Amino acid sequence: MSSLTRADVSHLAGLARIELSDAELDQMVGELGVIIESVAKVQQAPIGEVAPMSHPLPLTNVTRPDVVRPSLTPAQALSGAPASDQQRFSVPRILDEE
Amino acid sequence: MTTTHQADAVVDYDEALSRFDPVMGLEVHVELHTNTKMFCGCPTEFGAEPNSQVCPVCLGLPGALPVVNEKAVESAIRIGLALNCEIASWCRFARKNYFYPDMPKNFQTSQYDEPIAFEGYLDVDVDDGSGGTEVFRVEIERAHMEEDTGKSLHIGGATGRIHGADHSLVDYNRAGIPLIEIVTKPLVGAGARAPEVAKAYVAALRELLRALDVSDVKMEQGSMRCDANVSLRAKTGEPTSAEQLAVPLGTRTETKNVNSLRSVERAIRYEISRHAAVLDSGRSILQETRHWHEDTGVTTSGRVKSDADDYRYFPEPDLVPVAPSRELVEALAATLPEPPAERRKRLQNDWGYSDLEMRDVYNAGAAELIEQTVAAGASPAAARKWWLGEPSRRANEEATDLVSYAAGIGFTPATVAELDSLVRSGRLNDSMAREVLSGVLAGEGGPTAVADAKGLELKQDDGALEAAVDVVIAANPDVAAKISDGKVAAAGALIGQVMKAMKGQADAGKARELILAKLQ
Repeated sequence: MSSLTRADVSHLAGLARIELSDAELDQMVGELGVIIESVAKVQQAPIGEVAPMSHPLPLTNVTRPDVVRPSLTPAQALSGAPASDQQRFSVPRILDEE
Repeated sequence: MTTTHQADAVVDYDEALSRFDPVMGLEVHVELHTNTKMFCGCPTEFGAEPNSQVCPVCLGLPGALPVVNEKAVESAIRIGLALNCEIASWCRFARKNYFYPDMPKNFQTSQYDEPIAFEGYLDVDVDDGSGGTEVFRVEIERAHMEEDTGKSLHIGGATGRIHGADHSLVDYNRAGIPLIEIVTKPLVGAGARAPEVAKAYVAALRELLRALDVSDVKMEQGSMRCDANVSLRAKTGEPTSAEQLAVPLGTRTETKNVNSLRSVERAIRYEISRHAAVLDSGRSILQETRHWHEDTGVTTSGRVKSDADDYRYFPEPDLVPVAPSRELVEALAATLPEPPAERRKRLQNDWGYSDLEMRDVYNAGAAELIEQTVAAGASPAAARKWWLGEPSRRANEEATDLVSYAAGIGFTPATVAELDSLVRSGRLNDSMAREVLSGVLAGEGGPTAVADAKGLELKQDDGALEAAVDVVIAANPDVAAKISDGKVAAAGALIGQVMKAMKGQADAGKARELILAKLQ
C-alpha cells in the first residue's frame, strides 16, 4: 500500500485539475505516502469475518416521503456564487473536453 | 453545432453488413416523474426558471445531508421487476467523482457495483423478414439509481458546445432529479436488423415505463435519453451462429444523447457504416464518445476515453444502504401493469388487426393513440387508418415521431374519433374526411368546424344518387351482367363511376348497396 509512485500522484493531480510543480510532486509523494501508510495500519486490525462497511450506523432504508419542501430563491441560491449571469452560475470554461 | 463538421467516410450499409457483424449496447437514462428530487425535497417541474428549484442539498453546500426519496426507490424496484430483473436485497449509493460543473458537488451520487436491479430482459418484436414478427430478447445487465445533472449553457463559442466557449452558465434545477439508468448486455445476433432492434427496444422500454407511470418518457424534453454503443467484428457466419458468437467484440464507440426513436435507428446505422469504413481502411476504431447530429444525420468525434474516466467511485458515506424487504418487493410486484407483450396480443385481438397491421401500428408508435381513439368511440380500423395516414406521413417528414408531432399541433385521439364519427354518421365520405383531416392538421380547427367551414356535407339526396346509379348501369351492360351473375367484386368499377358522376359528394357504401339491389 505504501508504494505510491510519482506517476500515481501526477495522475491524481490531473484528475483533480491541480497543477503541481516537480518539487511539489516530490513533496506530495512523500507526504501522501506517510498518510497512506498510516491509514494502512487499519488493515492490521483483527476483523475476522466482519464484512466491510461504509457507514458506522447499523441503519438501512432511511428515506423521506416524496413531498415538496421549499427551495431557496434564485437570489439565495446564487448569493454564494463567485460569478453569475442570466440567473445562472457562471463558471470558467472547461478545458477542451466534454 | 453548425453543419461544418468534417464528414467521415462511410460504407454502404448493406455492404458493411456483408462483412461485419454489429454488436450494440444501449444505455437509457430515464428521469422519474416524482414530485421531488432524489435526495432532497426540491420540486422537479420541467421548464421552471433557472435555479428556482435548488436547495443546500442539490447545490452541494457544506453540511447538507441527502435523504433518499422513498417513491424513487419504489419506482426503481418496479422498473427492475418489469424488466424481469432480480432486485438487490441490499445495495448502496456511490460517489462518481469527476471534474465538471454540471454537478455542484463535483461528484454524482450514483450506484456502482451494487445496482438495485440486475440480470433481466425485455422481449421486443421485430420484423422476421417475411411479413411477420419475431421476438428478440434484449438482455438487461442492470438498472441503477442516480441523479440527473444540471444544464449548462456555453457562452462565447460559436457552436453552443464546449469547444471555443469562454465560460458556461449553469442551471441546477435538473441536478438531483431521480434518474434510472438501464443498461443492456451486449446485443449480439441482430445482424443487419441491429438498428431496427435498437429502435424497437427503446420503443418497448418507453411503452413499459409509460405503463408503469414512473416517468414522462418524453425523449424530446430529455426525460428519456439513449446512449448507443456500437462495435463491429468480422462476419464469419449467420448472426446467431456459434462461430459468429465466438468472435471477440471490436472496439466500441458511444454515441451520446440520441433523443428520438428515429434517431436511435439512424445513429446506429450511421455508426455501423462509419466503423466499416474505418476498419476497411486498415485503421482501428478509437474508443470515444460521439455526438449525433439530427440535422445532418452524422456523428462527430467527442471525447476520447482517457484518464478522465477514472471516476474513483466509493460508497457514499452520507447515505445508508437501501435494503428493500421481500415483502415490499412482492407488494410492488403486485402493482405492475399488464406486460406490454401481452397487452399487444390482447389489443391485436380486440382490434382484429393482422400481424402486419399491428407491426405497422407499433412501428409508427401509434398503439396508445389508437387505443385512446378507440376508447373515444372510433372503430379500430378507422383509428388505424387515420393515424397511420397523413399524420404519420407528416411526422416522418418533420423527422419526429407521431406522438410528439400530434402533441405539438394539438391533434388528439378525440379529434380522430370526431372525424370518424362524421364519416360513420354519413355526413362525410372518405375523400371529404381526408380533406377535413388536412384542414385539421393545418390548424384550421376541429373536424366538425373544418367540415362546416369548407361546406363539406354528403348529399343525402338519394334521388340523385339513384339516378346516377341507373345511368352508370345503363352505360355498362357487360359489367352489370357480371354482377347479376353473382360477381359482386365487379361492382367496384361501377361505384367508381357513380362517385365520379356525383363529383365525390356521395356515400360510396350507399352507392354499392343501390347497385347490388338493382342487379341482384
